[in-house]
Amino acid sequence: MNLTLKIWRQKDARDKGRMVDYKISDVSGDMSFLEMLDVLNEDLNNKGEDPIAFDHDCREGICGMCSLFINGEAHGPDRGVTTCQLHMRKFKDGDTIYIEPFRAKAFPVIKDLVVDRSSFDRIQQAGGFISVNTSGNTIDANAIPIKKHDADRSFDAATCIGCGACVASCKNASAMLFVSAKVSQFALLPQGKVEATQRVLNMVNKMDEEGFGNCTNTGACEVECPKGISLENIARMNREYLFASVK
Amino acid sequence: MALDSKIPEGPIASKWTDYKNHINLVNPANKRNIDVIVVGTGLAGGSAAATLAELGYNVKAFCFQDSPRRAHSIAAQGGINAAKNYQGDGDSTFRLFYDTVKGGDYRAREANVHRLAEVSANIIDQCVAQGVPLAREYGGLLDNRSFGGTLVSRTFYAKGQTGQQLLLGAYSAMNRQIGRGKIQMYNRHEMLDLVIVNGKARGIIARNLVTGELERHSAHAVVLGTGGYGNVFFLSTNAMGSNVTAAWKIHKKGAYFANPCYTQIHPTCIPVSGDHQSKLTLMSESLRNDGRIWVPKNLEDAKAIREGRKKPTDLSEEERDYYLERRYPSFGNLVPRDVASRAAKERCDAGYGVNKTGEAVYLDFASAIIRYGKEQAKIKGLNTEDEALVKKLGTEVIENKYGNLFQMYEKIVDENPYVTPMMIYPAVHYTMGGIWVDYNLMTTIEGCYAIGEANFSDHGANRLGASALMQGLADGYFVLPYTIGDYLAKDIRTGKISTDLPEFEEAENNVRAQLERFINNKGTHTVDHFHKRLGKIMWDKVGMARNAQGLTEAIGEIAALREEFYRDVKVPGDMYSFNQELEKAMRVADFLELGELFAKDALHRNESCGGHFREEYQTEEGEAQRDDENFAYVAAWEYRGKPSEAVLHKEPLVFDNVKLVQRSYK
Repeated sequence: MNLTLKIWRQKDARDKGRMVDYKISDVSGDMSFLEMLDVLNEDLNNKGEDPIAFDHDCREGICGMCSLFINGEAHGPDRGVTTCQLHMRKFKDGDTIYIEPFRAKAFPVIKDLVVDRSSFDRIQQAGGFISVNTSGNTIDANAIPIKKHDADRSFDAATCIGCGACVASCKNASAMLFVSAKVSQFALLPQGKVEATQRVLNMVNKMDEEGFGNCTNTGACEVECPKGISLENIARMNREYLFASVK
Repeated sequence: MALDSKIPEGPIASKWTDYKNHINLVNPANKRNIDVIVVGTGLAGGSAAATLAELGYNVKAFCFQDSPRRAHSIAAQGGINAAKNYQGDGDSTFRLFYDTVKGGDYRAREANVHRLAEVSANIIDQCVAQGVPLAREYGGLLDNRSFGGTLVSRTFYAKGQTGQQLLLGAYSAMNRQIGRGKIQMYNRHEMLDLVIVNGKARGIIARNLVTGELERHSAHAVVLGTGGYGNVFFLSTNAMGSNVTAAWKIHKKGAYFANPCYTQIHPTCIPVSGDHQSKLTLMSESLRNDGRIWVPKNLEDAKAIREGRKKPTDLSEEERDYYLERRYPSFGNLVPRDVASRAAKERCDAGYGVNKTGEAVYLDFASAIIRYGKEQAKIKGLNTEDEALVKKLGTEVIENKYGNLFQMYEKIVDENPYVTPMMIYPAVHYTMGGIWVDYNLMTTIEGCYAIGEANFSDHGANRLGASALMQGLADGYFVLPYTIGDYLAKDIRTGKISTDLPEFEEAENNVRAQLERFINNKGTHTVDHFHKRLGKIMWDKVGMARNAQGLTEAIGEIAALREEFYRDVKVPGDMYSFNQELEKAMRVADFLELGELFAKDALHRNESCGGHFREEYQTEEGEAQRDDENFAYVAAWEYRGKPSEAVLHKEPLVFDNVKLVQRSYK
């Protein structure tokens, strides 16, 4: 395949940034999207140009480090995958592909396609945990039976990889899907009930403070989420938040 | 220096308890005056940082990713072992200990492995209390499954994302401490040197990967939980950023590097598809609970499949060679990883491989789908003879157990594994070698510790499935917090360590000189160009099967490649900015030294054991042939200026509780 790439280049956080055109040839359908960028970077480097910075690490869809807004969609056109799992067979010879960073006020650009998502960490630090000592002197793991159905739903929420696609896809740059996934994971387990009130208040307040927008039930986050995190979680978080607020 | 493993006296079952009863403790008020640096925030580093902070120490934690939640422990799929015997199938601390020592081909340290087995049960309790959603049965209790090399079901799991859930558990424990201000977290920072003052580890030089600034950080002790070095092969199942740099820097400062050649080749990875490939993806070993591994019985059929004239589903049961079930009837498809990997290579080398390159075997779920489907039909009172219904019900069961793995396979290979068998081939996965540590997990540098995959101690020459997560969390949550306290008790009057000391100055200058050297080198080839060439030498001559001639050649070739690298590498951009090529250059420089030591270690070990297979040393049936008389020791290498001059120190391994026998999984 021969492709035209239009890629966002931005030297650092202060630089204004612009789209730059690149041509790439002999792209194989078996390549992942990031491997295609590797090939482009190798070429740029050989020509003495600065390679394009992008975030990635595990390249198997689980670490959540890769990002990229591809043709207007977080993680590109395929459903239920991260950019590292997107393969070039999803594109056609002669295609023009737009590649941009995840854009949100709370995700400032570091360089080119790399953004700073540490606001997600700070939300977790505000309450995304169960306050238990890490001493191992806890009760036996089977002392509290948990319904398989609840454990499975908790797991489904817990599979969020914190990539930020939900924020990037949302017209309000809302982090509700991300935050609600963690709130739900604990809300569904007996272990998480004890401090549920404080948890949801702290996390939601921190989310607002970090500059994320509000949810207006558009649902783009759910559509673009590579892990299929459900909107139900937002509903659950809203209920949790409401109960916590009136307590 | 003679190696002192500091293994406590007494019977194996009470060593750890007795030890804990007699170590020095630090008063909570004094812990506030003590700083600890933890480098790496995966299962080992993350759990250690959280626990040390909770105990009251001031912790500074470092990771090169943008968040501790990205550490590569997150990619572990299958599960975590614990000797809980919930299934009543005869499991016990001793059996987990025994299986691990045997699985490691009798090259692990008994006392460490027993301690690991002892604390394994606590890990599950701890994680469940933290809200880790492990798989449950309908009765509400935890579910278990089985992994290679064992005859019991002791593996706890969360679908195919166990590592993710356990890591997020450790991450949440860290977050709690970061929120309280007890951990200072340094994301996008890389440790580039260790600072030693008066013989003790007292700090690190780190590079802020966003600004490029070099930073000095001091502490009373330094802990490395920096993972393994499988990326020395370029292609591996490791994350792209996984590297040996921190471990190699402390090696160059005096920490011995143990058993570098012990590398696990995982049998069930997605085969290589082309030259553009950047990494390999593993398919969890748990798939072998239900998947059957086979190749065509006839060479003609294998050829026809490779050329696309036949499909695997065209071959009848009689035309297939289920070679693991044939060779190892008692363990079958669940033989340990080294055995399964070699058996796959043997079949492919003999011409039976099934993909275009001839380097793949099948992992087939067809019979499991029928088996589960019939069972479900019976439970639901439906017609067990209705083939379409049985397939549908069986597929649902398989999807429930391994759905995300099947989806991942389909995305990469573009084939539906529910319909056509998966293709798999061995790939570099986990490194059992690493920094030498004593029973306290301290390296040969005082006050410098190594935990998890970064150390060598618990796995021997091979690692059974679901034991890496166990070791990472055991070291971080339950072992290091005790052993480091014993050391830090001596430091309660030391006070803050100044970063103005000349040792910091010198280390920082050295790091800056290395960085400048790359930026100013006007070479012609990229970093990846050299990394790929190193990987090829490693895979061809230091990979799944090794011989003296190939290893000798590899040592020379790597040394020559290293010289060429320094002469001809090209790194764009500048030092004081976000520069991913410069990050890679620093890491590949260290791989180019480690690779040589790796080959040297493999050459000196004139035996085969676990993941180390020397072609000259095999049984008539092609199994690994150990030499306990001459090689029952840990090879710990001391750095002396370059890898070729490294000096070998031996820690003899004593087996009082497990009898050394030829491993057999027949």
